[in-house]
Amino acid sequence: MAAPNDRPRPVLQTALVDAGFAGLVTFGLSFPLLAYRTEQDMQNQLVVEPRWSLSLVAVVAIFCARLLAGLIQDWRARALAIPGALVAVYGGRLALVADPATGAGVACVGLALLAIAFPLDARLRHAPAQVARSEAPDRGGLFAIGGLVALFLFPFIMLAWLGPAGSLKWINNFGVQILIYVMLGWGLNIVVGLAGLLDLGYVAFYAVGAYSYALLSTTFGLSFWICLPLAGLLAAFWGVILGFPVLRLRGDYLAIVTMAFGEIIRIVLINWTDFSNGYAGISSIPRVTFFGVPFTANDDGFATLFGLEFTPIHRTIFLYFLILCLALLTNAVTLRLRRLPIGRAWEALREDEIACRSLGVNTVNTKLTAFALGAMFGGFAGAFFAVRQNFVSPESFTFIESATILAIVVLGGMGSQIGVALAAVAMIGGTEILRELDFLKQIFGESFDPAQYRMLIFGLAMVVMMIWKPRGLISSRAPSIFLKHKRSVAGSMVREGHG
Amino acid sequence: MSQPLLRIEGVEAAYGEIVALRDVNIDVNAGEIVTLIGANGAGKSTLMMTIFGSPRARAGRIIFDGSDITAMAPHDIARSGIAQSPEGRRIFARMSVYENLQMGAAVNGGAFFNEDLERVFAIFPRLKERMRQSGGTLSGGEQQMLAIARALMSRPRLLLLDEPSLGLAPLVVKLIFDTIRDLNKREGLTVFLVEQNAFHALKLADRAYVLVNGRVTMSGGGRELLARPEIRAAYLEGGA
Ligand SMILES: Nc1ncnc2c1ncn2[C@@H]1O[C@H](COP(=O)(O)OP(=O)(O)O)[C@@H](O)[C@H]1O
Ligand SMILES: [Mg+2]
Repeated sequence: MAAPNDRPRPVLQTALVDAGFAGLVTFGLSFPLLAYRTEQDMQNQLVVEPRWSLSLVAVVAIFCARLLAGLIQDWRARALAIPGALVAVYGGRLALVADPATGAGVACVGLALLAIAFPLDARLRHAPAQVARSEAPDRGGLFAIGGLVALFLFPFIMLAWLGPAGSLKWINNFGVQILIYVMLGWGLNIVVGLAGLLDLGYVAFYAVGAYSYALLSTTFGLSFWICLPLAGLLAAFWGVILGFPVLRLRGDYLAIVTMAFGEIIRIVLINWTDFSNGYAGISSIPRVTFFGVPFTANDDGFATLFGLEFTPIHRTIFLYFLILCLALLTNAVTLRLRRLPIGRAWEALREDEIACRSLGVNTVNTKLTAFALGAMFGGFAGAFFAVRQNFVSPESFTFIESATILAIVVLGGMGSQIGVALAAVAMIGGTEILRELDFLKQIFGESFDPAQYRMLIFGLAMVVMMIWKPRGLISSRAPSIFLKHKRSVAGSMVREGHG
Repeated sequence: MSQPLLRIEGVEAAYGEIVALRDVNIDVNAGEIVTLIGANGAGKSTLMMTIFGSPRARAGRIIFDGSDITAMAPHDIARSGIAQSPEGRRIFARMSVYENLQMGAAVNGGAFFNEDLERVFAIFPRLKERMRQSGGTLSGGEQQMLAIARALMSRPRLLLLDEPSLGLAPLVVKLIFDTIRDLNKREGLTVFLVEQNAFHALKLADRAYVLVNGRVTMSGGGRELLARPEIRAAYLEGGA
């Protein structure tokens, strides 16, 4: 695609051409999707309502974003400039269409962000990279600790800020919901990201875990804490069951078989009504308790015991910490295993199976442990899902779930723990945010429901990702071994040889 | 003479219908460098892989150090003391040099890891410099060094090398072959070397076999085969 001649083209020109191209593509995409809508008129006839301005906004926005990405090299400056440009475009449209005063204000904010971004870029670009590199590990550690503290404080901050009623939505829909997918992403990451086995049926293990808790607790009255390990074990068992027939498969074939496996589990759950109650699902699953103390308003409830006023938020906060701990457990186990021979064998298997075999790696065991462990964490997450919802039905375990979890792993950068977490936040949090964007109704009309555009936005996000970062958000692989004497290897020797 | 370290006895191997090896008989004695030369597609790599059990020999036996390994699982074959630098090197591209070497030591659980690491770094100082670099970013020659070093990490008694000179500059080829000779002379390592680069291989080898369409058609001392006019005509056209 690059110009055939060797002379470097001016940056501006390249960026303009690139942005123009992106704008054209957006136009092509948005034209059939956004520019017209069919409506029923007074006579109940279908009429086409043109919505050109919507299409135009999309084109201008993409053009600006792409142009800025071309002109600004440092990612921090880009992170300022691109939202700035989008805000400016939005403000401009608002000023033209609806409210000149507010629109102008919004546009000014956007332009201000842009104005900051350019000098920032110039400064950061010339900052010595060497220093940043040697300090990176320490900063990473600080970042992780800060993140953990923030995660633990999150429900309390929300509670203090918005009160029990207002914070419920944030802790539950954002906190718990995102963490479930972080955990599922990390679990699948063992199979896909580390061992390189493309599994499109991961939701099956989520279902096994959920139904394990649902059935064991309703039929045998077992408590959640007993069911949780059992759910993990059962899921791991099914992971091995799936693993055996697919041992010799790779890539596409593996994907097809695992996908079929996911569907089989779901269809069995639908049709084996004696066992799983079919479509109707299993309801009145026992709710989570605080290690035996129920979250009820009764005298023996959690609130009374701790002298608090009863509110349902207590349970939600407990669920939040439960899933947070489960997710952190998944992460800790994965990080630990990556440094052990088995974890290295997974990664080696992903890189080259034949080489593994000739180095004496038992590829059968290596694959089966990856499937079993990944499945086990899926099973834990499933049990959590059941105890949170008090209801399970096959509808929660469709292929789209597997696809979402896989998308999280792929977007996260296949193997990077933090990348997977960020991708889960973006995808699941993004979905929830779409439900919140009521102000968009003011721009696009009352009937506009942003949540309906979820799949379109996912699709676009995927395409953008594949162009911008084809190997995922965090594509660099952290070595599993850190040498004790870091400085004994000179910087010039460890720099990667990019040509 | 005592029993050979590796004996390949009437081995036949096939990929489905395609028979790649027919009645192959090769002996590799302890302490020798034996080479197998042959044109592209002759079945050299197949023989290497068959020694490792995939594809399996359909007929015949493979005996290593007195025990029959024909039906053993590949990882058990590696554990019995054979290591391989496979065709195309097959470096773990996204893992560091250090981690690649760790994988090489997987067989003995890393018991001698530090000691063996020093040893392979002494043989290939270049690898030490690039210890933390990911395997995929190494040059072709460095990758070949890594493939050999990785194989050495398991302390093999027999080293299989499949076309180590493939795609390398003449100077690097010389370095690799000198290293192989050194390993053999100083440590008594037994080497079974597969090559298309017949000139270098024959010069290096104590004994040699020629494979044509899956059959061994000729064998003898390395220098002896090098002198034969039919070898010169078939494998050394244009000289080397
Ligand atoms: N995986 C495979 N599947 C089917 N045929 C193969 C496979 N690998 C090699 N062959 C065939 O076996 C024959 C020998 O190949 P190979 O052992 O790679 O030759 P060499 O290493 O001597 O170049 C060739 O005809 C090749 O096409
Ligand atoms: Mg070959």
